Amino acid sequence: MVCRKRASLNAPADTLQANTEATRGTRFTVPGMRCAGCIAKIERELPKVDGVLAARVNFSAKRVAIEHSSAIDEDALSDALLHLGFEAQPVDENPLGHEAAERKQLMRALGVSGFGMMNVMLLSVSIWSGADGATRDLFHWLSALIALPVIAYAGQPFFSSAWMALKYRRTNMDVPISIGVVLATALSLYETITGGAHAYFESAVMLLFFLLAGRALDAEMRTRTRAEIGALLGRMSKSASVVAPDGSTRRVPSNALEPGMLVLVAAGEGLAADGEVESGSSAIDNAMLTGESTPERIGIGSIVHAGAINLEAPFQMRLTQTADDTVLAEIARLMDEAGQSRSHYVRIADRASRLYAPVVHTLAALAFAGWMLAGAGWHQSLVIAIAVLIITCPCAMGLAVPTAQVVASGALLKRGLLIKDGSALERLAEVDVALFDKTGTLTLGEPRADIRSLDDSSRSFALALAQSSRHPLSRGLADALRLNSVEPVHLSDIRESSGIGLTGNWNGVQVALERPQSDQTTLATRLRVGEELTTITFHDPLREDCQATLDTLSEQGITSSILSGDRQQAVDGVAAQFGLDAIAEISPQGKLAELETLRATGRRPLMIGDGLNDGPALAAAHASLAPGSASDASQQAADAVFIGEKLMPVALAVKVARRTMEIVRQNFGFAIGYNVLAIPLALFGFVTPLIAALAMSLSSLVVVANSLRLAGSAKEKPQ
Amino acid sequence: MTGLAFLIPIALLMGAAGLAAFLWAMRSGQFDDMDGAAHRVLIDDEEDEDA
Repeated sequence: MVCRKRASLNAPADTLQANTEATRGTRFTVPGMRCAGCIAKIERELPKVDGVLAARVNFSAKRVAIEHSSAIDEDALSDALLHLGFEAQPVDENPLGHEAAERKQLMRALGVSGFGMMNVMLLSVSIWSGADGATRDLFHWLSALIALPVIAYAGQPFFSSAWMALKYRRTNMDVPISIGVVLATALSLYETITGGAHAYFESAVMLLFFLLAGRALDAEMRTRTRAEIGALLGRMSKSASVVAPDGSTRRVPSNALEPGMLVLVAAGEGLAADGEVESGSSAIDNAMLTGESTPERIGIGSIVHAGAINLEAPFQMRLTQTADDTVLAEIARLMDEAGQSRSHYVRIADRASRLYAPVVHTLAALAFAGWMLAGAGWHQSLVIAIAVLIITCPCAMGLAVPTAQVVASGALLKRGLLIKDGSALERLAEVDVALFDKTGTLTLGEPRADIRSLDDSSRSFALALAQSSRHPLSRGLADALRLNSVEPVHLSDIRESSGIGLTGNWNGVQVALERPQSDQTTLATRLRVGEELTTITFHDPLREDCQATLDTLSEQGITSSILSGDRQQAVDGVAAQFGLDAIAEISPQGKLAELETLRATGRRPLMIGDGLNDGPALAAAHASLAPGSASDASQQAADAVFIGEKLMPVALAVKVARRTMEIVRQNFGFAIGYNVLAIPLALFGFVTPLIAALAMSLSSLVVVANSLRLAGSAKEKPQ
Repeated sequence: MTGLAFLIPIALLMGAAGLAAFLWAMRSGQFDDMDGAAHRVLIDDEEDEDA
């Protein structure tokens, strides 16, 4: 049954949508999927869990769609995934639905115009090779029959965008394209009806096809990187258990919580509002707010914030701020406002078209008027005007930017840097000062276990225990062990008890990962195998290529400095090591103000940070980067995300961005040079619309070929 | 020239069939997970040949 099994693993996903009443579909985002093995593991092992009927992985989107009976809930499913070694968050049905629909629409239009182009071209070639009389008329009619619906369908993205621009009395690249296509079609239709010698359906359809190809590439790039990031504020709990005066608890949705309520937070639960601990003590994971995954110890009187996760023991808290007043919501709002300023950035292609479109229209109108005055008759004048429109159609210009960006971001993707949208490369190329956060950016931001004290068998025990917990220390330990290709032993009865640790059973021997009794200053955990005890210590190391990256940046004329919310002493140490200026103990608002000051003096800051406290600064900076370990919100706010333990992608991003803009400028130069040559020829009527379309395609190819030179740009050693 | 009466419909039909196949492939989600498809080739089935 090998074949059938393979067929089921490789079958399309739509089988999952055929739900009956008893089953439900839930989607999870699983950022940890890396390879074929992960796909196979999830799709094979998950259905073995009671209540799970099927699981289907979408690797590009890093998602799993699970079909399960209503008896099993989301928490049980994410636990099941955690036991397989994957951290998962449930996601809404289809948050990317709108963009996905837009991309599909583009792809369909591309398919339709490709079909139309091939068939119309087939007929046109026969006409050019000498078909005349009734045959030519028949071919013209057939072309019209194919081209009209194709243009009406495939032209929609351009027509609607042009219409929007005209409605607001602006102009963009789509206006000359739309006018050119509509005029060429109308004239061809007139020619066909009157039995004329020339129809230009093929020019119109070909133009649409090439332009759609460029757009589809651009859209593909954007959805791909956005899906990779899959960032959501999903970790903030959507509800909380409110304790009534009589001691009973009830679940209250987070937007109905009010200050003054007493809330019970279970171990493993996320906090839904800000408050003060009333009873109990525990440790919380504040990574979402600060980007620091070192657990923070809390006790009676501690202030805790929404977005944190309770790691150890249940505690009760009195709410102080809820819903939109929480620190988390405040930061999100700051980010939103800061991001507004960036939306004023005008992309280079739009800047070019603002200058270019009026020139094209004026030239075409002048050509028409000129030839009318010269007595050429309205038909010939119109043909020449259309040729001018098509030949000057900013097709090469339209491709100049997206092709270069697609190739450059592809090259960067291979080096572990995901660019989220095209304008990011333009802005990255312009930065002249870099601001680094410390924890999680210059350092790895995750506790790294020192496993030298463990022998082979205790390593296997440690991994078996650590991989079944989502405690940051367990994750750090599991990562370190997996790096050394340790295989876990099979333990039964694994249990995580709050405040104590993990226990398990191996052939009757008790094994455990527990809190060391002694000091609290260094991070540590203790492995117990039977009676044998080993202490494992953790530290947060600096990324190893910090110095090289900072050197490369300064060679590129970028001054770096540190902007951290961490303690003065800790920041000074790092700043002195690298010889950087540093500002420590700075609030999110302070970081934002610092950026505003820089911008006011005409600098273009690049912000690199990971915590939610960097969020507003990331959104406000001219360009921003976040490491893959950053909080979801920061990844959302940043222009690009770099994965892995190296800092070098930061310097590489700037270098490739600059190289990209160089290529873009060359492309523009070529497109403009080509127009300068072609427009006079078209104006004086030497170019038919067909030659215009061919010349235009050729210029597009040259632009694409030039952009492909960027493919190797991320490979060379940065100078 | 009578050959055209056959050849043109055939050419159109073949083109339309290609287009239909493309649209069907899109609708059935075959372009949804391009990276996944690349990896799935590498999945070895470890199940025994029990049938």
